[in-house]
Amino acid sequence: MVKKPVEQFEVNENKEADLQVVSKNAAKTVYETKGLNLWYGEKHALKNIDLEINQNEVTAIIGPSGCGKSTYLKTLNRMVELVPTVKTTGEILYRERNILDKKYEVEELRTRVGMVFQKPNPFPKSIYDNIAYGPRIHGIKNRKLLDEIVEKSLRGAAIWDEVKDRLHDNAYGLSGGQQQRICIARCLAIEPDVILMDEPTSALDPISTLKVEELVQELKKDYSIIIVTHNMQQAARISDKTAFFLNGEVIEYDDTNKIFSNPKDQRTEDYVSGRFG
Amino acid sequence: MKSTESGSKLGVQQMIEQTKNKGFKNIVEKMMPKLLFLTAFISVLVTVGIVFTLIFETFEFFRRVPFFDYIFGTEWLPFSGSSPTYGVLPLIIGTLKVTGIAMIVAVPLGLAAAIYLSEYASERVRKTIKPVLEVLAGVPTIVYGFFALTFVTPLLQEIIPGLKIFNAISPGIVVGIMILPTIASLSEDAMSSVPNSMREGALALGSTKLEVALKVVLPAALSGILASVVLGISRAIGETMIVSLAGGATPKFDGQITDSIQTMTAYIVQVSTGDAGYGTTIYYSIYAVGFTLFVFTLIMNLLAGFISKKFREEY
Repeated sequence: MVKKPVEQFEVNENKEADLQVVSKNAAKTVYETKGLNLWYGEKHALKNIDLEINQNEVTAIIGPSGCGKSTYLKTLNRMVELVPTVKTTGEILYRERNILDKKYEVEELRTRVGMVFQKPNPFPKSIYDNIAYGPRIHGIKNRKLLDEIVEKSLRGAAIWDEVKDRLHDNAYGLSGGQQQRICIARCLAIEPDVILMDEPTSALDPISTLKVEELVQELKKDYSIIIVTHNMQQAARISDKTAFFLNGEVIEYDDTNKIFSNPKDQRTEDYVSGRFG
Repeated sequence: MKSTESGSKLGVQQMIEQTKNKGFKNIVEKMMPKLLFLTAFISVLVTVGIVFTLIFETFEFFRRVPFFDYIFGTEWLPFSGSSPTYGVLPLIIGTLKVTGIAMIVAVPLGLAAAIYLSEYASERVRKTIKPVLEVLAGVPTIVYGFFALTFVTPLLQEIIPGLKIFNAISPGIVVGIMILPTIASLSEDAMSSVPNSMREGALALGSTKLEVALKVVLPAALSGILASVVLGISRAIGETMIVSLAGGATPKFDGQITDSIQTMTAYIVQVSTGDAGYGTTIYYSIYAVGFTLFVFTLIMNLLAGFISKKFREEY
């Protein structure tokens, strides 16, 4: 059962015609999680997760602290493996290939799936070198091309006008909100397919938060975005679909307006109406 | 609570009031800064005293030997009875040969060890290896000295034909081994203090572990690494026992490394342990060489401070 999708992909890869059919069929679903369980040592952190995530949508993951929402997000690009005691079962199909299969090159996955972290984490390099880092490690050396990528990425992250005259200054001279948009631009520079965002505005002031939220709306035209947030208003404002996590389980997953106006589960209603969490 | 309710039940404030011995505490509070200042002052005074002694004796030396003959002289023959010459360049060259070879050994190995310990080793391995490295830094240099003379030199003579019993290669390598733990340990500290969020940021862009280590962590830790290298150079320049035992006592102004040399430190040892009488030019020459050495290490230490400021990457 685990092997099947992988084989299917490999067969399809050999026949270009089939591949096109597959990619057309796959156009809607980016991630398909089937029966995912995850343990940190003895702790059962994710329990039987089944989720389908669509392309060119913003999917929000909400839930109280410790519910597994960040863990789930980090499983999608296998960053969760940085914790040495982690164990998983089940499968996550990304574009129809199981990423939990050890044969799946994690670097390849992370080149296709970018990530923005809770705290802005630019490298202690110039703004330019921050953005050019991704393209460079993937072999792009051409100076002119890099210049174009840097400009395009910074424009994409709506920060070009603020930094265009100081591209060679250290990124740490920028404000927190600007740093976070630099991190988004750094992520855009390798033109990923999906962007994972782990509470990207929790360390930012309200104005910077608003800018990032507007940016997310803009970015969903070209990217699929999965955003973890503890801010329910934010989820309601920017997402198309919302998944509510509680104690490692998906309690409810539906269109955002349904989750917030007419949830099916009592626990979801209690959470979104602010009765706990 | 503050007011007295009954004799048996005292408020905490009142108990504090009763136990406090105000007079003694005040004296301690007043005297302590003075005592601390005194100890700090004494250590400064001793340092200044040493530097002044060096300067006075060096000054005396330069009344006998012209300054430019000393700085630019290429012959160091203080023991030649009739016409001694005091050109310091052969001693400096000797020191630089040993230091250069030491850095060729210590920098790549030390950095490789630091990268391994900081980026690859498990917590358990790191906790085992780091103390061992630090023990290596505590080995007395005299031990390294006879290790160079009785083990490394014979071994090298097998490989390099014509290598003399005293040479620059063997002490150079062993000085390198001696400073390797310093460079490895300090560089590891610098790399470990790079926040994990930066590694995660790089990994999330599809970097391999090696790319993270070389392109993110290493540049971010550059100031600490360079400072450790400069500190290593400074220690190599000042190293005495290894070069005295295995380097020889032949100051020569040339580029060979397979024959006997003499470093500044080894010359000082040679004269100090010999029978140069007080007041002779030879006696004063060790102060001049000592002062030269001091200038070298001072420059290195200032450089280390400058580098850690200049290359500091804020994060």
